[in-house]
Amino acid sequence: MADIQQDRLEAAALSVGYGGRAVLDQVSLGIPNGKITALIGANGSGKSTLLRTLGHVLDPVMGTVLLDGKDIIQSPRKAVARVMALLPQSPVAPDGLTVRQLCRFGRYPHKPLLARTSDHDETVVDEALAAAGLTDLADRALHRLSGGQRQRAWIAMALAQETPILLLDEPTTYLDIAHQMEVLQLLRQLNREQGRTVVMVVHDLNHAAQFAHHIIAVANGGIHAAGAPQDLLTPELIRTVFGVSALVVPHPSDGTPLCLPLPASA
Amino acid sequence: MSMALTQPQMSQPWRTTLVCIALGLLVVVLALISIALGAVPLSLDRVVAGLFGGPDAFIISQYRLPRVVIAILSGAALALAGLFLQVALRNPIASPDVVGITKGAGLGAMLALIFTPPAWIVWSVPAGVILGAALVALLLLAIGRGLGGGITTLALVGVSLGALAQAVMQFLMVRYPRGIDQSMVWLAGSTYGSTVADIISLSIWLLACLPAVVILAMMLDVSTFGDDTLKSLGLSPNVVRAGLVLTAVALTAGAVASVGSIGFLGLLAPHVARLMVGPRARHLVPATALTGALALLLADLIGRLVALPNEIPAGIVASVIGGPYLFFLLLWEARRRG
Repeated sequence: MADIQQDRLEAAALSVGYGGRAVLDQVSLGIPNGKITALIGANGSGKSTLLRTLGHVLDPVMGTVLLDGKDIIQSPRKAVARVMALLPQSPVAPDGLTVRQLCRFGRYPHKPLLARTSDHDETVVDEALAAAGLTDLADRALHRLSGGQRQRAWIAMALAQETPILLLDEPTTYLDIAHQMEVLQLLRQLNREQGRTVVMVVHDLNHAAQFAHHIIAVANGGIHAAGAPQDLLTPELIRTVFGVSALVVPHPSDGTPLCLPLPASA
Repeated sequence: MSMALTQPQMSQPWRTTLVCIALGLLVVVLALISIALGAVPLSLDRVVAGLFGGPDAFIISQYRLPRVVIAILSGAALALAGLFLQVALRNPIASPDVVGITKGAGLGAMLALIFTPPAWIVWSVPAGVILGAALVALLLLAIGRGLGGGITTLALVGVSLGALAQAVMQFLMVRYPRGIDQSMVWLAGSTYGSTVADIISLSIWLLACLPAVVILAMMLDVSTFGDDTLKSLGLSPNVVRAGLVLTAVALTAGAVASVGSIGFLGLLAPHVARLMVGPRARHLVPATALTGALALLLADLIGRLVALPNEIPAGIVASVIGGPYLFFLLLWEARRRG
């Protein structure tokens, strides 16, 4: 099962800090190609910072992020944007857009300055909308969508960017359980059918266990452990990373690890 | 169902076209009225004849037309500058005067008026305006960057720089009371005394700005995404922001050098335009420019009429009328949304 192919997205000795305070210290990792990777960790552990640095939204203080072997800081932003898209936690859109108009902005890195939307761009946008299940809502105003639909619209925009790698910062936050599933299933489908590499920060360990192939547990500004969910998610790891006692049992439906936190007194 | 949903989208370009045609017609009508009125009132047919070389051609081409053209160009430039700054700073109350650019320009002009020989004023004042505005903008970007480049920081730094420029101007007024008469009229903002030469220099300046204006106008929608999304799309937020701010400075400097520091227009015009045609750049940019042109023309006309035989500078009229009008529009919009 050893993957001979080089990981396209890697970090080497990455240190990131805000105002002198180190958030990540000497982090090295590889993101497996064509897989779903979940970044888990307690609040403030640096998992979001790690994702944002991988996506060149934050600049590292030291170390490098390598995309196809090249330092992303040295690469032109537009070239990086054709390989990797990042969906921030609470994205801000221009006022008054419809879903389709939002999605068209995903074509930006592929267009020369001042070029109009081409027929090819429209085709890609149509495909992205279809993949996200938004064809019927394409002309609806963004602010009139439900939370889950809106999140899917943003994902559709990232899809229109046609990047093999998709980074998502807490894509299920603020969504109810039905919409959480809606978004996670969409990501799984994109991974399976289009072979996209997905990296996401998730809070819910059971989401990570069910949907990710690879989990990276972030704690104390470093990577505590990384591996497949069934190997990684143990009561010991949950205690160390989150400071919570938990039972881990096989999920009755698919056998993935199911984490059940226990009250402190138990 | 889908008809009802798509219909507003379909009608948007039409709505914008109609609004722009209406604004354009109003500009033409006001311009003709503005040319007709004056110490020697002219009838409209004499105005039209004069524009094409009739007996009144001299008074029209040398005195009345320059004023009108300068008002139209400066109004449009200030309005676009306001729009660009509002997008750059993601702040609906940003405008050239709020973030200190107009005041920097005013200070530069005042220094030129006081400290250069009167014979130099023709070029020393525009030079002072451009230097003052550019200095404020560069300080704004440099200090803002030093403090982390946050949007709110940038807006607050701008307000502080404006207050500083204002304070220096007031000091100069007290210290050099004799050199200040001319500055006062100029600081209030007026199209009085515009000449054909003014039209030519302002036109050249604005034409030089045009490529940047067009490029930024086409990037205006994408610029309003959050910084993280901009980066994910391959754009550098700092570069986009600097482009918007510097172009706004160039537009403001051109307008301020021609008509003085007219304040409220850059804030008012983008909001009025947005209420009429919505937030998309391709509708908003032309509507904003036309609204600005119309507003300054109207302010100038009113200023000339209300206190005959004296004139009230257009800048003062713009603020007196613009303020309540914007307030009314916002109130009306809030009611409509319920």
